[in-house]
Amino acid sequence: MSAHIEFRGVTKRFEVKVRGSRQHTEFTAVDTIDLDVERGEFVVLVGPSGCGKSTLLDLLGGLTAPTGGEIVLDGKQVTGPGLDRGIVFQQYALLPWRTAQGNVEFGLEATGVPRRQRAARAREFLDLVGLTGFEDRHPHQLSGGMRQRVAIARSLAYDPQVLLMDEPFAALDAQTRESLQDELLRIWQRTGKTVVFITHSIDEAVYLGQRVVVLTSRPGRVKETVTIDLGDRTKQDDLRSSTEFARYRHRIWDLLHDEVSRAQQQEKEVVGA
Amino acid sequence: MTAVLETPPKIDDRRAPAPKSPQRTLSRVADALLTGISKIAAIAVLLAVWEAAPRLGLVDATFLPPFSTVVQAWWDLAVSGKLLDNTQASLVRSLSGFGLAVAAAVPLGLLIGWYKPVATLLGPLLEVFRNTAALALLPVFVLLLGIGETSKIAIVFYACAWPILLNTISAVRAVDPTLLRLARSMDLSGFRLFQKVILPAAVPTVFTGIRLAGAVSILVLVAAEMVGAKAGLGYLINASQFNFAIPQMYAGIITISAIGVLFNQVLVSLERRFTSWRVPVGA
Repeated sequence: MSAHIEFRGVTKRFEVKVRGSRQHTEFTAVDTIDLDVERGEFVVLVGPSGCGKSTLLDLLGGLTAPTGGEIVLDGKQVTGPGLDRGIVFQQYALLPWRTAQGNVEFGLEATGVPRRQRAARAREFLDLVGLTGFEDRHPHQLSGGMRQRVAIARSLAYDPQVLLMDEPFAALDAQTRESLQDELLRIWQRTGKTVVFITHSIDEAVYLGQRVVVLTSRPGRVKETVTIDLGDRTKQDDLRSSTEFARYRHRIWDLLHDEVSRAQQQEKEVVGA
Repeated sequence: MTAVLETPPKIDDRRAPAPKSPQRTLSRVADALLTGISKIAAIAVLLAVWEAAPRLGLVDATFLPPFSTVVQAWWDLAVSGKLLDNTQASLVRSLSGFGLAVAAAVPLGLLIGWYKPVATLLGPLLEVFRNTAALALLPVFVLLLGIGETSKIAIVFYACAWPILLNTISAVRAVDPTLLRLARSMDLSGFRLFQKVILPAAVPTVFTGIRLAGAVSILVLVAAEMVGAKAGLGYLINASQFNFAIPQMYAGIITISAIGVLFNQVLVSLERRFTSWRVPVGA
């Protein structure tokens, strides 16, 4: 049986204009990525900045098309965006003129859920993310953590099979981030969704992922996939301090270390050029 | 309240607003009274100076009659029905031109803002016309459309269209790209995207344009009525000056500024209604 999501030799190249001339040069963001994700799995992609993590997510979300290879979701090739995949953006992407409730309903309107069911469904999912009582607040009246909860509720409400998360907690303070990570794990266990999560934080990757995929610096390739076996995270106190956690953390740090310095070198070259 | 919510609170941190004590209500009333008084103060001083200066002989009372004389003249004009007739004539022209401008410029602005080819096609044309003062074209309008109502409504329409058009274009272009990405990830159709994301996001900036256009509509109309008209407030002011009915002239001017202020207030409250989500609660 084939996997839920399959990346088969996925490559994405961009054309970049060379400054001061009419020539175009090609820029490879990700290069021949092969990766399988099982149904209900929580996979974290981690890599140095500019390694094409977000490009991979855009490809899976159908927002851009790969230059080579293909992405297969449940046996069907991904050719465009669809409601079987829900994206949670780092900048929340909430509609500022709608209330929390209205924002969750926005996703339901797109799927054609009848008007009457929308309100109840939206309340149910706001409850799932712990926002009961905040239905009528507008985004500017909510804290960053609460906004991201609304965004998660919106993505879950229209019942996609896969949740794609693009550094969703990067803009939050440390405490809020930790509580949202726990919340996300709890939601994941309850809903059984497949989650593809992007981060540049090693701690976050180890804490959340069943598998952590380490990407190389540009062009992004899969360097190694690490299976994390820490049991049920939500049932343990202060898992981050355990020796097990530290071991995984160090392992991934090791894998990333060379890549990060290489990425920084690349950046210097780009700026210097 | 807002400040409390904006510092990242724990999720179960739900603070009820503090109950109002009678003392606080009292101080609030006093506050409101004070703001009210200071808001009127400047205008009261202006009127007092206006009243006093001609009476004390600081300016020639023939050219600047005391405010009370102007009020008397205004009252006489109002009773005779002349004021109402002229105001009505002006308002009909002003509001028709303004209304037509809103109806035409908003959709056109949305089109230009959204479709690159339309923008490339019309861009240079817009650039030329927006930099030509509307009143410079007044003679052209009179030549082409005569001195009747059509040319006046047309010039108001023309002058009002620009602020609305330019603001609508930039409103569409300034829609948060993350929201567009969100809409695209949800596979929203073009129509839905427009209806549910672009239009509501554009409303505040479009309203800024509409408010500017409101001021322009009166400004341009008065100028147009001074050139060739048989009725209207601009005509009233001009004719009064020719006939040396100076208090009547000032009465006309006061009426126009009152209409301008009122029109702006109406548009501001409309804007508030449509963009309430932007104003933090309690602010």
